[in-house]
Amino acid sequence: MDRPTSTEPLVAVRDLAFYRDDRPIFEGLNLTVAKGSVTAIMGGSGSGKTTLLSLIGGRLLPIRGTVTVAGEVVGALSRKALFALRRRMGMLFQSSALLTDLDVYENVAFPMREHTRLPETLIHDLVLMKLEMVGLRGARALFPAELSGGMSRRVALARAIALDPMMVMYDEPFTGLDPISMGVIVKLIRELNDALGMTSIIVTHDVAEACTIADYIYLLGNGRVIAEGTPADMKKTDAPEVRQFMGGLPDGPVAFHYPASRYLDDLLMANQS
Amino acid sequence: MIRGLGRRVISGVSRLGHATFFLARLMPALGAALTRMRLIVQQLYMTGVLTLVIVVVSGAFVGMILALQGYNTLVRYDAQSSLGLLVALSLTRELGPVLTALLFAGRAGSALTAEIGLMKATEQLAGMEMMAVDPLSRVVAPRFWAGWAAVPLLAMIFSAVGVIGAYIVAVGDLGLDGGVFWSQMQSGVSVSNDIMGGLVKSVVFGFVVSWIAVFEGYDAKPTSEGVSRATTRTVVSSSLAILGLDFIMTAFMLRGL
Amino acid sequence: MQAKSMEFTVGLFVVAGLLALAMLALKVGNIHALNLGGTYAVTADFNDIGSLKTKAPVTVAGVRVGHVAHITVDPTTYQAVVTLDLLKKYRFPRDSSASIETAGLLGEQYVSLSPGGSRHYLKNGGKIRITQSAIILEKIISQLLYSKAGHSSGHS
Ligand SMILES: Nc1ncnc2c1ncn2[C@@H]1O[C@H](COP(=O)(O)OP(=O)(O)O)[C@@H](O)[C@H]1O
Ligand SMILES: [Mg+2]
Repeated sequence: MDRPTSTEPLVAVRDLAFYRDDRPIFEGLNLTVAKGSVTAIMGGSGSGKTTLLSLIGGRLLPIRGTVTVAGEVVGALSRKALFALRRRMGMLFQSSALLTDLDVYENVAFPMREHTRLPETLIHDLVLMKLEMVGLRGARALFPAELSGGMSRRVALARAIALDPMMVMYDEPFTGLDPISMGVIVKLIRELNDALGMTSIIVTHDVAEACTIADYIYLLGNGRVIAEGTPADMKKTDAPEVRQFMGGLPDGPVAFHYPASRYLDDLLMANQS
Repeated sequence: MIRGLGRRVISGVSRLGHATFFLARLMPALGAALTRMRLIVQQLYMTGVLTLVIVVVSGAFVGMILALQGYNTLVRYDAQSSLGLLVALSLTRELGPVLTALLFAGRAGSALTAEIGLMKATEQLAGMEMMAVDPLSRVVAPRFWAGWAAVPLLAMIFSAVGVIGAYIVAVGDLGLDGGVFWSQMQSGVSVSNDIMGGLVKSVVFGFVVSWIAVFEGYDAKPTSEGVSRATTRTVVSSSLAILGLDFIMTAFMLRGL
Repeated sequence: MQAKSMEFTVGLFVVAGLLALAMLALKVGNIHALNLGGTYAVTADFNDIGSLKTKAPVTVAGVRVGHVAHITVDPTTYQAVVTLDLLKKYRFPRDSSASIETAGLLGEQYVSLSPGGSRHYLKNGGKIRITQSAIILEKIISQLLYSKAGHSSGHS
């Protein structure tokens, strides 16, 4: 599985801290995404994976630390510069986030219409090309409500690459898909990454898929990176947190319980009051 | 109870402040949206044309009811020749603008809120932001413009249809003279006061209802419950705002603006 | 195609709204009576205007020919100065007279003009010299009562 990826970073997260209502989501997070790579960011539900993508896309601002994308510090950009940067990033939301009042064709055409003045015939050709890549050229007239989960994610993918971005961020692209759709998406992500020379960041908690597709894996826990390495490294390691996550063990260093006072104390308190 | 009331007033005032900040943020987007008439036309279809049927039907009925009721009262003073005037003044000054705005809030305002709220809940707005598209100018501003423009147009249609409905009842059913019906109306209805006053009212109502509707939608909690609450709030606050503003504007207009 | 038909429908909607406004202005209100073709102003002094208000009609032989524009008081004579806006299409002899009358027993008050016979016409800024003040019911009644009282005391 050795792929030639440059070591030049496209995304660099340095000493990042982010809080939600005084609750730390990240505290001293550091990670790097190499240009041209497929990087998986893994962690349990609620570990802040979606939040991290929002920070990279500049929808949220860090309390401390920096996020650098293509050499630009995201939090320090003007709105105009931020929008210019976002045009070069694609993002696939967990819920696909297709525009429900537009059909498949118009959804893929949407970023082109908003950001370019291409003639209609050229838009037509480009849209069909993107739809062909995800195998949904025949579904161009359907509306989002008529699509299955796997299909809408592929449409969203076609839309994410509509403007040929330098990188695409995928939020839980494998969740809730049947095995066939899952296989299709896995294949698509890898192929698009290599064929279009993009960089891909995949946020997921699916261990098996992440291992087949990723060049490099970060495992998040307690607001920071608790392990990193190639899929092979991650499987070999005997660090207990990694073993627990990769093996899917219910309890271990990563607690099953949300932080709480002692169960017995809680019960006694309830009886007293 | 007094404290509950006080808390409500305070939260109402802070909500108004919140909505005002939202309006200020929306301002630049409003200018940008004017360069994309296609989106506004599309929304004018969704809000205006789809409210047209209920406005025409309600207008006709209100006009006919006014004619019947007014005739019953006027005939006691042998003043049924003023029926046209009574109907026209009631419609152009009050009922046209107010009822249209209330109908619009219930039919189109709630739909605007629900639509924007759902777009937020399904991450469509976040998706646009990540595609470097500003949801305020792409989604919110065209809806605001269209709603604002639709209400005065609908109110004029409501009043006109109402007058025609009243004419049909008065002349066809009650046997009044058509010429008297119109001439009494024309001698008593002032274009600059009554008709322009009604138009001004409906422009104000259109602004306020559209503002409330897009604000509640954009501010909704992104859950199904949040969207449904926001929709209810749109209808309730719009209705209260319409009636309250109508009182204030009527007071000003009667004293001579 | 779909977009075209939607645009067409919206266009119809806007036209319907504007037509409704036009109907309200022309058929319901009387925009001709307003000042299409313009008006000219003349003044008239009255000793008592009763409850005459601005915007009250000005009529000749029962036909509306203008409206009351302002009402003020002359600071030296303490008479009411009433400015009338008259439609330009009507001209009135300079010796016309103006009186304040009441529509019905308790109705609104309006200004009625009676044309004179002069060959010179009133112009913008002109003045109607012959005026008759409002007839105020209470005054007539009280005068009637006082004169009756005066008569009876004189006889005894
Ligand atoms: N809009 C929000 N307001 C408050 N808390 C939030 C919000 N979004 C997410 N959170 C909290 O932030 C934490 C991280 O959320 P998220 O990034 O969505 O996790 P993940 O995607 O890894 O499941 C969670 O504990 C969640 O409850
Ligand atoms: Mg998530």
